[in-house]
Parts: sequence; C-alpha cells; structure tokens
Amino acid sequence: MWTYATKRFLMTIPTLLLVSIIVFVLIRLIPGDPAAIMLGDTDSDTALEAMRSKLGLDLPVYRQYLIWVGNIFRGDLGVSINTGEDIASALVSRFAVTAQITFVAVGIATLIAIPAGLIAAWRQNTPLDFGILFVSIICLSLPSFWLGLMMIYLLAINFGWFPTVGFVSVHEDFVGGVMYLVMPVITLAAVETGVLIRMIRVQTLEILRLDYITHARAKGLSEATVLMRHVFRNSVAPALTVIGLTLGALLGGASVTETVFSIPGLGRLLVDAIFARDYPVLQGCLLFVSFVFVMVNLVVDLLYMLVDPKVKL
Amino acid sequence: MSDATSPKTADMRRAFALPRLLRRANGLIGSAILISILAFTLTGVVWTPFDPIEPDFLARLQPPDGTHWLGTDEWGRDVLSRILAGARTSVFISLCSVSFALFFGALIGAASGFFGGWTDRGIMMLTDALLAFPGLLMALAFMAILGPSKWGVIFALGLAYVPTVIRLMRGSVLSVREREFVEASHAVGDSRLYTLLLHVMPNCMAPLIIMATALFGYALLAESALSFLGLGVPPPEPTWGNMLSESRGQFAMAPWLAIFPGLFISVTLLGINLFGDALRDTFDPRMRETGDA
Repeated sequence: MWTYATKRFLMTIPTLLLVSIIVFVLIRLIPGDPAAIMLGDTDSDTALEAMRSKLGLDLPVYRQYLIWVGNIFRGDLGVSINTGEDIASALVSRFAVTAQITFVAVGIATLIAIPAGLIAAWRQNTPLDFGILFVSIICLSLPSFWLGLMMIYLLAINFGWFPTVGFVSVHEDFVGGVMYLVMPVITLAAVETGVLIRMIRVQTLEILRLDYITHARAKGLSEATVLMRHVFRNSVAPALTVIGLTLGALLGGASVTETVFSIPGLGRLLVDAIFARDYPVLQGCLLFVSFVFVMVNLVVDLLYMLVDPKVKL
Repeated sequence: MSDATSPKTADMRRAFALPRLLRRANGLIGSAILISILAFTLTGVVWTPFDPIEPDFLARLQPPDGTHWLGTDEWGRDVLSRILAGARTSVFISLCSVSFALFFGALIGAASGFFGGWTDRGIMMLTDALLAFPGLLMALAFMAILGPSKWGVIFALGLAYVPTVIRLMRGSVLSVREREFVEASHAVGDSRLYTLLLHVMPNCMAPLIIMATALFGYALLAESALSFLGLGVPPPEPTWGNMLSESRGQFAMAPWLAIFPGLFISVTLLGINLFGDALRDTFDPRMRETGDA
C-alpha cells in the first residue's frame, strides 16, 4: 500500500513540471509587451528597455523559465502589475474565500446525492426513480449563472430573504456570512448534485445485480442492511473520483458563480487578471489552480484505497 | 479477406438503432427538444421579427406584450429577435468547436494508440498535463491569448476539448487494435496507415458519437459562460450568454431580459442531456455515465 502511495505521489512531479511549462508558454503567447503595459503611455525606448531588463524579459526564454520556477520554490510568485500586491498572498486569501463556498457546496451535494442515488437504483423504474432522475437531469441542465441570477431576482430582490450580492467572511460575522453564502452554495451544489445522483445510481444498479447481493438477501438480511453494508461502499467509491474532479474544478473554476454574486474569490481574481492584462497574476492563478487540482486528485486516489473494499494494495 | 471479418453485423445493428433510440422516453423527448431548437435556430438564420442589433429608442425596456413577445432590452431591441440571432451564433460556435476537437482529437488519439511506443508516451504525457487544468480554465487561458471574438471562442473551446477526445480515442483504438480483422488487414499486406484509417477508426466511432453529444452540451454552456464573463463573443452580436451578461444591469426592473435567454440555454441542455442518455443506453450500455468527460 505504501509503495503505491509513494508511486502515486511521485507521479505528480512530472505532471506539475509539465503544467508549469504549459502555463509559462501560454502566458508568453499572449499578444502585447508586458513592459509596455506596465509603463502605460510612453514612447521612450530607453525606459522600455530598462523595464524589460528589470522584468528579465531580455534574457533567453529558458533562463526566464528557470528563474521563474526557482522563485516559485521560494514562495515568490511576483507582484501584480496593476496593484503591486504580492501574488502569493493574494492567491492564498482569495483561495480561502473560494474554498469556503466550494467545500460547503460539494459537501451538501454529496449528502443529498448518495441517499438519492441509492434509493433511485434500489427502486429502479418506479415513479420514485423517475422523479429523482428527472430532478437530477434538470439540475444538470441549469447553467449556474442563470440559476444564480434567477435566485437573486426571486429570493433576494422580490422576497428579500438574502443579501443580493457580495461576501462577508464567516469568521467576522457568522450569521451575516452564512446569509451571503446560501445562494452561491445552492448554485454550485445544484449541478454537482445532478451529476452525482446519476453516477451513484448507475454504480448501484450494477452492484445490485451481482451475485453477492442476491446471496445477502437470500441469507434473510433486511433490505436496509443489504443497502448499507453491502451496496453502499461499493457504489460510493467510484463517485469519490467524480467528487474529487469537481471539487478541484470548482476550487479554481468557480469564476462564473463568483462573478454572478460578486464574490472576491480565486475565479474572480483570474478573470479580472485577464481583463487587466495582469500577466503575473494570471500566471500565478493558472499555476495555483492546476496545482490544487492535481493535489486534490492525488488525495482522492489515495482515499480511494481506503474506501473501496475491492482495492487491496 | 479483411472485409469478411470486419464487423458488418455491428453496422447492421447500428442501422436499426434509430427506432430503438426513439422508443425510449428520454430519446423521444430529447430528440423532440433538439429538433425544435434546430428549427428555431434555422428560423433565426433566415428571419427575425425585428432587427436584432439596431437600437430602437422608442421601444426601450418594454415588458413582453403582443408586439414584442419576449419584451425589449435597454436599447429597445426585441428580445425574441436577439434570442433567434443568438441561437445562430451559439449553435455555430458549439458545432465548430466540437468538430475541431473531434477531428484533431480523433486523429492524434488514434495515431497515439495505434502506433504506440514513444509517440504514444509523449502524446499521453502532454495530454495528461493539459487535463490537469480543470473545467473552463484552459478555455479562459486561451481566450486571454486569442482575445474576445467569435473565432477566438471556437478555437479556445476546440483546443480545450482536444485532450479529452485524444484520451477517449486512444482507449478505443487500443482495444480495437487487438481484434482479428486488424490482424487480417496486416496479413493481406495493407499499409499501417490504411489499416488505421479504414479498419480501426470506423470501429471506434460509437463512443466518439456519444462524446460528441456531450461535448456539444459542454461547448454550448462554456460559450455562454465565456460570453457571460465578457470574454466570449463581444456585443452587439447577440449570444445567449452575452444577453444574460447584459441583463445584469437592469434585471431587477426587467427580469425578462435574464429569464428568456437562460431558459433557452437550459432547455437546449436538457434536450442534449436526454438525447445523450438515450444514445448511450442504445449504442453502448457499458459506457453509461462514466463521468470522465
């Protein structure tokens, strides 16, 4: 088991290295000269040259890359062109905001989807099954930005139940913070719930057909015991991979939801950096998000060994 | 000789798949929705009740009524006309980007799986690294390079989906490669390229078709999302996403601006999801909801 864990961990190193090269190349492909953008309106060639050499843009590309990677290992991702803010600390504080919303949303989605998926499969082809499937496919088909806008219109503007947009940290003001969280969390959780219900239902259907389930029933075990003891772990383990994938994607890709609700998270930082042509911030965001994604998948793969009774390493 | 062992029966079965597909409730409803959306899109290509782009300041922010069925926006433009014109743009972008991804993804993936060795290892390493960028992120990065435009969105989404298609195609080719009719093709002296293109790739089409349906849904959603963020198709050309984006300013007073474009996106996605499910159940019962798309 430990050899597998070590191997799986070591496999992330070449992936991350390639990811860093891809990010570096992508940023260099963006048209426009960062030095000119930093200086704003200037025609002075000497000032431009000075800025280029200050940014290291006059060095050969491979040396620029090595310097950049070296700095990353020291926790130095540079500073924002526009605000001069330290990028590493900006990423960490923005990530804390995104993580709050994402973890709660994925948690809620999992708690709803596991029983719903199990029950739908257990009662296959009954009205209950069709009902659950119908709800899940509706959840899947609602674009998050539209669902968000509709909730703002109905729940915030018309009923006034929740504040429309914005964000307050739950550490500063718990009740207020939670009120701001409700709508973004529902928005993110909806799609996730739809995906997971379908996934768990299909897994469960396959397991319910296996001989050992028939055997368990033949022994006279109650349906509840069969479901909980024999079906649950086997059908939930594969869903873990999907939960991990979406968790990773949401941690970095919640830019749309964060835009709808004006939440100062990681996704919003990334989109703002694209608009502002803030290359160092964009570079930092891309790298950080893919790093988180790779790490979440690593953790999920390792957890998989513990949850899935079939994987014995 | 190789033709005799080629799975003709599978083709026959596929020819009968359409009626079976329609017999399933989700296939029926999904096809009905998609055909309606297609008809709606084609209508938008040839005719819109009002000009979707020219402002009409006398008719600003009117709620839905007999003249403007779905109301007007802050420039007095008819929302229904803009949704019709937007369907054209959104569907065009999704079709182009999915075709782009399928064409290059299938070719690269097939070559990778069929030829193996260092080609395969190199391609897969790069693919895995590209797949380490979650969700919309790759498309966002490409949009930063290409700038907001219609073709920018097409290339960004196309490029973002290529790695997924490569993986799928490589997997199918690896399993088909070992089948007897491929060996037969070698035996009669067909060139490797001929075998790949004429015998291996045609037998990898079922999962590809299923993925194409799913990708079309993703592309439609991603296009709306990019346009919603302001990184997609720039105004005044309407897409369902940038209509939603523009609605944000006044939608407290004019909710119809946000309701209808979103409704069209949702219904289209619902059609694609239902149709995709039916397709999966019909063609490939083992492929159901693998979730790695």
